Amino acid sequence: MNLILISLLTLLIVGALSAIILFFVSKKFEVFEDPRINVVEAALPLANCGACGFPGCRGFANACVKADTLENLICPVGGRPTMEKVAAILGKTAPEVSPLIAVVRCGGTCELRPRSNQYDGVSSCAIAHNLYGGETGCSWGCLGLGDCVVSCKFDAIYINPETLLPEVDEEKCTSCGACVKACPKLIIELRKKGPASHRIFVNCINEDKGAVSKKACSVSCIGCSKCSKECAFDAITIKNNLAYIDSEKCTLCGKCVDVCPTTAIVEINK
Amino acid sequence: MRTFKMGGIHPKENKLSAGKKAEIALIPTQAIIPLGHYLGAPSTALVAKGDLVKVGQMIGQASGFVSANVHSSVSGKVLKIDDYIDASGYKRPAVFIDVDGDEWLETIDRTNEIKRECMLSAAEIIKKIISAGIVGLGGATFPTHIKLLIPDGKKANVLVINGIECEPYLTCDHQLMLEKGEEILVGVSILMKAINVTRAIVGVENNKKDAISNLQKLAKSFSGIEIAPLQIKYPQGSEKQLVEATTGRQIPSGSLPLEVGAVVQNVATAYAVYEAVQKNKPLFERIITITGKSMMQQSNFWVRLGTPLANVVNQAGGIPDDTGKIVAGGPMMGRSLSTLEVAVAKGTAGVLFIPTFESARKKMQNCIRCAKCVTNCPMGLEPYLLMKQSENTMWTEMEINRVMDCIECGCCSFTCPSNRPLLDHIRFGKMTVGKIIRSRKNP
Repeated sequence: MNLILISLLTLLIVGALSAIILFFVSKKFEVFEDPRINVVEAALPLANCGACGFPGCRGFANACVKADTLENLICPVGGRPTMEKVAAILGKTAPEVSPLIAVVRCGGTCELRPRSNQYDGVSSCAIAHNLYGGETGCSWGCLGLGDCVVSCKFDAIYINPETLLPEVDEEKCTSCGACVKACPKLIIELRKKGPASHRIFVNCINEDKGAVSKKACSVSCIGCSKCSKECAFDAITIKNNLAYIDSEKCTLCGKCVDVCPTTAIVEINK
Repeated sequence: MRTFKMGGIHPKENKLSAGKKAEIALIPTQAIIPLGHYLGAPSTALVAKGDLVKVGQMIGQASGFVSANVHSSVSGKVLKIDDYIDASGYKRPAVFIDVDGDEWLETIDRTNEIKRECMLSAAEIIKKIISAGIVGLGGATFPTHIKLLIPDGKKANVLVINGIECEPYLTCDHQLMLEKGEEILVGVSILMKAINVTRAIVGVENNKKDAISNLQKLAKSFSGIEIAPLQIKYPQGSEKQLVEATTGRQIPSGSLPLEVGAVVQNVATAYAVYEAVQKNKPLFERIITITGKSMMQQSNFWVRLGTPLANVVNQAGGIPDDTGKIVAGGPMMGRSLSTLEVAVAKGTAGVLFIPTFESARKKMQNCIRCAKCVTNCPMGLEPYLLMKQSENTMWTEMEINRVMDCIECGCCSFTCPSNRPLLDHIRFGKMTVGKIIRSRKNP
């Protein structure tokens, strides 16, 4: 009986002492955290995708609270509505953001880009890219092994089983840029979504000479510069046998689409 | 008989073309001579469109320390200097030459007489090797002169010559040792002089008994050259394994053979050195093996560099009908080709036709933790772990687990009972870790 009593008492005293020490220590080393961080964090999408450049949503919330203005702080996933909410909480103004979307710039489907060999290695674009140019004559185009699909946290990109090319789900894509980083061929680009998703872009990144790229794929850009001559807004530049449309300057007039001899320029959601 | 201690495997040798006399391949109507090598910076072209070139004329100047000169292997007119798409599908700069006749430079000694005496000094020898554009012909195509220029504070005391040819199927080095044994040994003694050593060991695997006895007989009249027959084990032809097998010295992780006083050269390189120094003949020709289980005839060829592989293959009887995969090099470390319209380069050791029933990869299954890959890894790595880390992009951990020591020999993938693509993942991880290390050194 005595033994039990002694042990109980000892435990009690040790517990009480520790509690007192911990109480004072926690007072002494208390870290003040702005309560608004929690509120801002709750307003964010909480995908922790890292697209904003901060380690997770809490890191972004912390940065928003500490920053003087919200300029350059954009949550690409939530976009303008989320930033307005954040701005309302913090009493700041939300930055202007034009919504972006991931664009896969390769149109080399199975019929248009004939296969010249067969890859039977590990199903990973990064590994295949490391080995060789790919199953077709075009060493620039999509390998179709789906590294972008694996990288997407929002289930917004998938390989179309008919064309074997990745397609982006416009509803789900948050323009976080994970697929852009995952693609070893640098095919995917974040472009302006455009009014009602209406956009025009060059659906090819082949920098080979016209004859070579045309032989490998019938919808490749051959760098003929017809489009850049047609464009009245200086939006199209030709570099290394490849046209590129600047989405800032493009007015979506669609003239370049009509003149492109290989239909490499694509207009969607007209 | 000696060999290296750790790991190693015994793939079926399949040396089908062994003992086939090397035929002379036909000179192509158009030669495509790549200006770049697999290792090092591409050389700068010295000729322009329309120029007439002779066999042996220098057409590409080395453009840096790790780079080598390129010589024309044919005589004719330069058609263009342009990018050509190589077997990996990527563009490389090359000189296209329309062949006309076969006119050699007058300085090249074309007689078959063997010149044994070499009066040149070490520096002069190395100068000749540089101008002849010699690179390691074992496969890595690393410029030879760099290995011979020994940095201050280091000293070599043994020259190890690689006559292992541990890759199954390939027989080009074997054939060279049979046909050009004496020339090789003269080349070896020239190399010994270049790095100032008195001892050389020629390692030859014991499946080439005729080559061993041939070299042993010839070596009696050379001082300091020892022919070492070695046990058959893959990957003995790798530099580190070979130095251990021949000299018993282990090269520390991350170091070169020079760390233990050894310099390693291939037999084909020794032959090229002989030709360059004694005959003034630059490197524009090499011996390659054309083989495969379904080939009607197995053959070895003397080929001018720049000859399209398709030409040589046609001369050897064409592509067999049941070919599933065409590999440049041996089955263990060779690379699959996507087209045969590729020029023979300095590092091309052969073409192997693998029939369909052997070419397809087997279905991958789960790792059963049998540790066969660990047992067989000649570098003492843990391939199963490295593969997992590569899949999960754990680059720091891969570096700690010494992925940079991997020699990409493929023992792990070969031995895995679950057919796991270990090497594919490890190679990718090694490349990424290598990039990280380089960016750390010069940010």
